[in-house]
Amino acid sequence: MTTTTATPPAAVRTSQQPVFIALQANNDTLPIVQAIAADNPLAVVDELPGLVKLTAPGRLRVCRASIEEAMGRAFDLREVHIHLVSLSGEIDETDDEFTLLWRAA
Amino acid sequence: MNPATLTPTAEAAKTAARKLSLKENYALLTRDLGWEPSYQKPEDVFRHAQFEGIKIHDWEQWEDPFRLTMDAYWKYQGEKERKLYAILDAFQQNNAQFNVSDVRYVQALKLFINGVVGMEYASHRGFNIIGREFPGTAARIAAQMQAIDELRHAQTQTHALSHYSKYFAGMSEFPHQYDRTWYLSIPKSFFEDAVSSGPFEFVVGICFAFEYVLTNLVFMPWMSGAAYNGDMSTVSFGFSAQSDEARHMTLGIEVIKFLLEQDPANVPIVQGWIDKWFWRGYRLLSLVAAMMDYMLPKRVMSWAEAWEIYYEQNGGALFADLARYGIRPPRHADVTVKEKAHVSHQLWSTFYQFRHAAGFAVWLPSQDEQQWLSAKYPDTFDRYYRPRYAHWAALEAAGTPFANATLPQLCQVCQWPLLFTEPDDPTQICYREESYLGEKFHCCSDGCREIFAKEPQKYVHAHLPVHQIYQGSYFLPDVNPGAPGFNPLVEALRYMGITAGVDGGSFHGHVDAQNWERWTQRPASMHDPMQSAPQPTPQAATPPPPHTPPHTAPQTPPQRQPA
Repeated sequence: MTTTTATPPAAVRTSQQPVFIALQANNDTLPIVQAIAADNPLAVVDELPGLVKLTAPGRLRVCRASIEEAMGRAFDLREVHIHLVSLSGEIDETDDEFTLLWRAA
Repeated sequence: MNPATLTPTAEAAKTAARKLSLKENYALLTRDLGWEPSYQKPEDVFRHAQFEGIKIHDWEQWEDPFRLTMDAYWKYQGEKERKLYAILDAFQQNNAQFNVSDVRYVQALKLFINGVVGMEYASHRGFNIIGREFPGTAARIAAQMQAIDELRHAQTQTHALSHYSKYFAGMSEFPHQYDRTWYLSIPKSFFEDAVSSGPFEFVVGICFAFEYVLTNLVFMPWMSGAAYNGDMSTVSFGFSAQSDEARHMTLGIEVIKFLLEQDPANVPIVQGWIDKWFWRGYRLLSLVAAMMDYMLPKRVMSWAEAWEIYYEQNGGALFADLARYGIRPPRHADVTVKEKAHVSHQLWSTFYQFRHAAGFAVWLPSQDEQQWLSAKYPDTFDRYYRPRYAHWAALEAAGTPFANATLPQLCQVCQWPLLFTEPDDPTQICYREESYLGEKFHCCSDGCREIFAKEPQKYVHAHLPVHQIYQGSYFLPDVNPGAPGFNPLVEALRYMGITAGVDGGSFHGHVDAQNWERWTQRPASMHDPMQSAPQPTPQAATPPPPHTPPHTAPQTPPQRQPA
């Protein structure tokens, strides 16, 4: 079996180009947006009709532990698919963290 | 139920496999399910993997970033469907089609059902093909999942819009119109061009150039506009589809990086496809420019603003990232930036002139809408487009509205009429031509002309509706072109499935506008109440006959009949 030995995303140097994730604006995503915004101090939160878009320079982290803390229940990161509208950036996904990033040149 | 089935026995717990991580799970799905053919040559099994010149040395390097496995795919797609259909049910049960901002908005939905659903289905076909053609297992699985997604989009869009079709004209013949109507040949030819390419060109063109670089423009600002106009049905199928697109986009970027990393010889081939499909996709999406700037009664942002956010900023970030591989931004991206303050106005003007042949009602923007356009397009609207609308409004007021009775010259590649102007001169229509085997072919832009010049043997076969009308093949079998009073344009519209004044035509007096005011007691246009048809006194609500013929303006909206 092949095992993945990619560099963990935290160690990757990123550019300053914007990455974003957009989620449907609903009750389920309130704590998710809250958790992402808290974990990414540089993220700008845009609220548009029906959706909320979080944009950050170079890197945006979506952490399972923070979402679980905000939601008060267990959360599988793949549940994001139910509320996802769109995203931009290279993705690295593990069981604990979902990262969007643009690598430094 | 036997309680024993609920509690694992101690023995079973001991032998149960430890839970696999996401990455291990994905690796098992995408590596162990493949096999090497033993009694057929690989090139006979995967017949189309070679001819485009793409070199792949190690398919094992293909890695889907989402690592979605089958169990998770069905689970989360199932939840998305339940959520979507709960909203569609609520929408329908509450007659929410009458709660949208006004019935101009509904005209935009006709472009969706007639133009977009057919593309989703064509895309489904394309991904089924490459789900068979790629030699790599992980790539085949990704393509197969995407094929299912695209079919789901065609189905959910049809389902959601079928409810509108019970009340509004112009939506009931969408497969017929998609295959025959002049402006719907634009989306149709786009996907047929893609599906008839090789597997690598298809995946780069659709997943990367179209979905990653461009589809956010449809599914974010336009769908947010649908929410703003009160259409929770459309915004829900739109966002639900785009959440699949988000996976497709990550597939698109994975495809690009995989191809570029596999062999340096792939770089110029991939760059050529990015150039071609970016331009093809951009021309296709000009329709969304008109939908955003003219068809949303309550507007979220202008096309120019959306282009800045979703192409110039996000596309900029993407191409800055790809520079490491020797990939540059697509050719003629600079032209799209020059055109962003013109394209929606030029499109809408074209549909206005040909409104008798459109599948949706068309209107002149009201004074307050023109103010908004002027504020969003300070350098172009008042100078180039407001005077044109003022002229047409004066003709309407005089009872001699302008309509264009000739057939437009179409671009051999994108199939739009030649309506776009020179990038540096908005007063001059852009005409380009190429010769091939002694014949001349016409294009709307340098972008389309270069695509033609690269593969003329493909584009000479383009099925152009205007040419088909002139060749006499756009008539129904009962038509006798030699009969007295024969009118080829009337007959061509009949062939396309368009009834002037019912499907399209002028919004003023249109059957949708009349029904809307009768059924909702609200103006058909929130911006221009004067433009609506004069109305008789509202009638008491009486149930309609069980089978109301379509589009005959019943006094009350059709109701669902008990089974």
